[in-house]
Amino acid sequence: MTTTQSEATPAVVADRASTRTQRRSRRGDRTVGTISHVVLVIWTILIVVPLLWTLMSSFKTSKEIFASPFSLPTRFNFDNYVSAWTTAGIGSYFVNTLIVVFGALILTMLFGAMCSYVLARFEFRGNRAIYYLMLAGLTFPVFLAIVPLFFVLKNLGILNTLPGLIVTYAAFALPFTVFFLFAFFKTLSKSMAEAASIDGAGEWRTFFQIMLPQARPGLATVTILNFVGLWNQFLLPVALNSDPKNWVLTQGMAAFSSQAGYSVNFGALFAASILVILPVLVVYLIFQRQLQGSVSIGTNK
Amino acid sequence: MTSTDTPATTRSGVSGPPVRRRRKKFSFDRVSFFVVFLGIPVVGYLIFVIWPFLQAFYYSLTDWSGFSPDMNFIGLKNYVNLFQDSIFLKAVGNSVTLLIVLPFVTLVIAMAFASIIVLGGPSNGPIRGLKASSLYRVVSFFPYVIPAIVIAIIWSFVYDPSAGLLNGILQSLGGNWANSFAWLGNPRTALVSVIFVIVWGLVGFYMVLFIASIKGVPAEIYEAARIDGAGRFRTAISITVPLIRDNIQTAYIYMGILALDAFVYMAGLEAGGGPGNSTLVISQRLFTTAFTKGQFGYASAMGVTLALITLLFAAVVFAVNRLTGGTNEVSE
Repeated sequence: MTTTQSEATPAVVADRASTRTQRRSRRGDRTVGTISHVVLVIWTILIVVPLLWTLMSSFKTSKEIFASPFSLPTRFNFDNYVSAWTTAGIGSYFVNTLIVVFGALILTMLFGAMCSYVLARFEFRGNRAIYYLMLAGLTFPVFLAIVPLFFVLKNLGILNTLPGLIVTYAAFALPFTVFFLFAFFKTLSKSMAEAASIDGAGEWRTFFQIMLPQARPGLATVTILNFVGLWNQFLLPVALNSDPKNWVLTQGMAAFSSQAGYSVNFGALFAASILVILPVLVVYLIFQRQLQGSVSIGTNK
Repeated sequence: MTSTDTPATTRSGVSGPPVRRRRKKFSFDRVSFFVVFLGIPVVGYLIFVIWPFLQAFYYSLTDWSGFSPDMNFIGLKNYVNLFQDSIFLKAVGNSVTLLIVLPFVTLVIAMAFASIIVLGGPSNGPIRGLKASSLYRVVSFFPYVIPAIVIAIIWSFVYDPSAGLLNGILQSLGGNWANSFAWLGNPRTALVSVIFVIVWGLVGFYMVLFIASIKGVPAEIYEAARIDGAGRFRTAISITVPLIRDNIQTAYIYMGILALDAFVYMAGLEAGGGPGNSTLVISQRLFTTAFTKGQFGYASAMGVTLALITLLFAAVVFAVNRLTGGTNEVSE
C-alpha cells in the first residue's frame, strides 16, 4: 500500500492513499468480518452441541439412546436424574465435594494469605529459599509425589478420609496461592501498616484489620481460580480417597462411567453429567465477567 | 527474623516528631505471629508436597513393593528396566506426541480467535474488536468450568460407534463408512480423537487469557502498524506475538505440563490405554504400576522420568523464547 507518486505533496499522497485504502478496506472488512463470524460461530456450535445433546439424552431411556442419537425422548420425566442422584450416589458425592472443596479453600486461602504476607513484607534468612521451594512445587508434576504421598497420608492415619483429602488439596493449592498473593502484597503501600504499628497494633491485628481488607481484590481472584481447580481435582482423590462413601464428584463420575458398561444405565450417566454441569453453569453465567477477569489477572501479571 | 520496623521508624521520623522505638522482637504477639503465619503453612507444605517429592527420588532407586516394609536399594536398575520396557517406551512416545501437538494446536487456535475478537473490527478509525463477539467469548470459555472427567465422559458418548452423536451426524450427511466406526477403538484415530477433546476443553481458557494480554498492548502500536500497511495476519505474527511473548511462554508451559499429565482425559476416554496402547500415557502407566501392580519403586522411577521431561520441556520453551529475542524474565 505504499504510494510512488513523487510529484504529489506528502499530504495529498497520504490523503489519496487513505481514501483508496478505505474503499478497499471497507470491502475487505466485510469479508474478513464475515469469515471471522463464520469461524467463531462454528466453534461455538462445536462447544454447545455436545452439551445440548447430553441434556437431551439425559431424558432418554438406555433403549432410546441406543436406538438413535437424534431421537427425542418419548416421555419427559426426571427418572434418570432421580436414579443418578440416589442410586448412583451423585447426591452424596456432591456433599463430599462441597465439604472438601470449601474446607481446602478456607485452609489454603487463610494460610496462603498469611504465608505470602510474611514472605512479601518481612526480611529474614531463608525467605528466598521458601519462595523457591514454592516455585518447585508449582513446576514438578503431582504424579511424582503421588506414590510417597499415599504413604505419608497412610502413616498419619488420614488416608481415605475427608480431612486427609482437605489437607492435601490445600497443600497442593498453596504454592499458586502464595505466588499470586505474594505479588499482590508487594504492591500494597506500607504506610498504613506503619501507621497501625505506631498506633500500637500488633502484627496479628495489622494483618487482619489493615492488610487483609486491602488485599480483597487479589483474594477474590485467587479464591475463584482455586475453587475451579479444586472442584476439578481428579488425581488426588482417585489415588488417596478410595473409600466409596467418601468419594468426590469427579471420581464418582469416573467410576459410574466405567461400570455403566455392565449395569447399563446410560440415561442416568447423562443425567449425572448434567447434574455436575448445571450448578457450575449457573454460577458461571452469573460470575462470568469476574471469572474471566480473574483468569486474565491471575496469569498475566 | 529481623523486621521492617527499622525503615518504618526512620521514614515516619522524617515527617513528624521522633517516634519511640518499639523493641518487640520477642513479644508474644510477634513470636506467635511468625509461628502461625509462616510456621504452619511451611510445615504443612513440606510434609505434604516437598517431602513426597524428595521421597520419590529415593524410592525410584529401590525395589519397594509398598505393602511390605522391606525394600532393597538397587541403584539405577529401575531406570535401566524402564529403557527396556516396551510398554513404558510406548507411553513416553504418546506423552511426547501430546507434548508437541497439544500446546501448539491449542495456543495457535486460541491466539487466532483472540486476535479476531480484539482486533478483527473495521480497518479504519480506531482499533476495534469484532462486533457482537462477547457471546463467542462466554461460550468458548465455558468448558473451563466443567470438570475434565465430565468432558471426557460426554465425548466418549459423542464418539460412541453406534449411538454416538458424531457417527450419527456423519451418517446423516451420507458418510456410510461412519456406520459404527470406532473413533476411540481404532489405533489410527484414537490419539487424534483424544487430542481434539483436550483442545475443545482448553481453547476458550487460553483465548480469554490472550484477549487480556492483547488488550494490554498500547493501541498506538497497532495504529502504527496499520499506517505502515501491515495486514491482519502480519500484525498478529509480527506485532502481537512478540509483544505478548511472556504470556505465550507461560501459557505454553502450563499447556505442556497439562499435556504430560492428560491422566483425567484418558481416564474418561481411554481408561485401558486405548487400542494396542495407542493412547497410553506415562501418567496412566505410572498409576497402574503403583496402585494396581504395587511396584512402587518402579512407579517412582516413572515419576522421576516424567519430572525430567517436564523440566526439559520448560527449559526448551525458555531457550526458544530467549533465542528468538525475548527476555528471560519469568512471568508468573
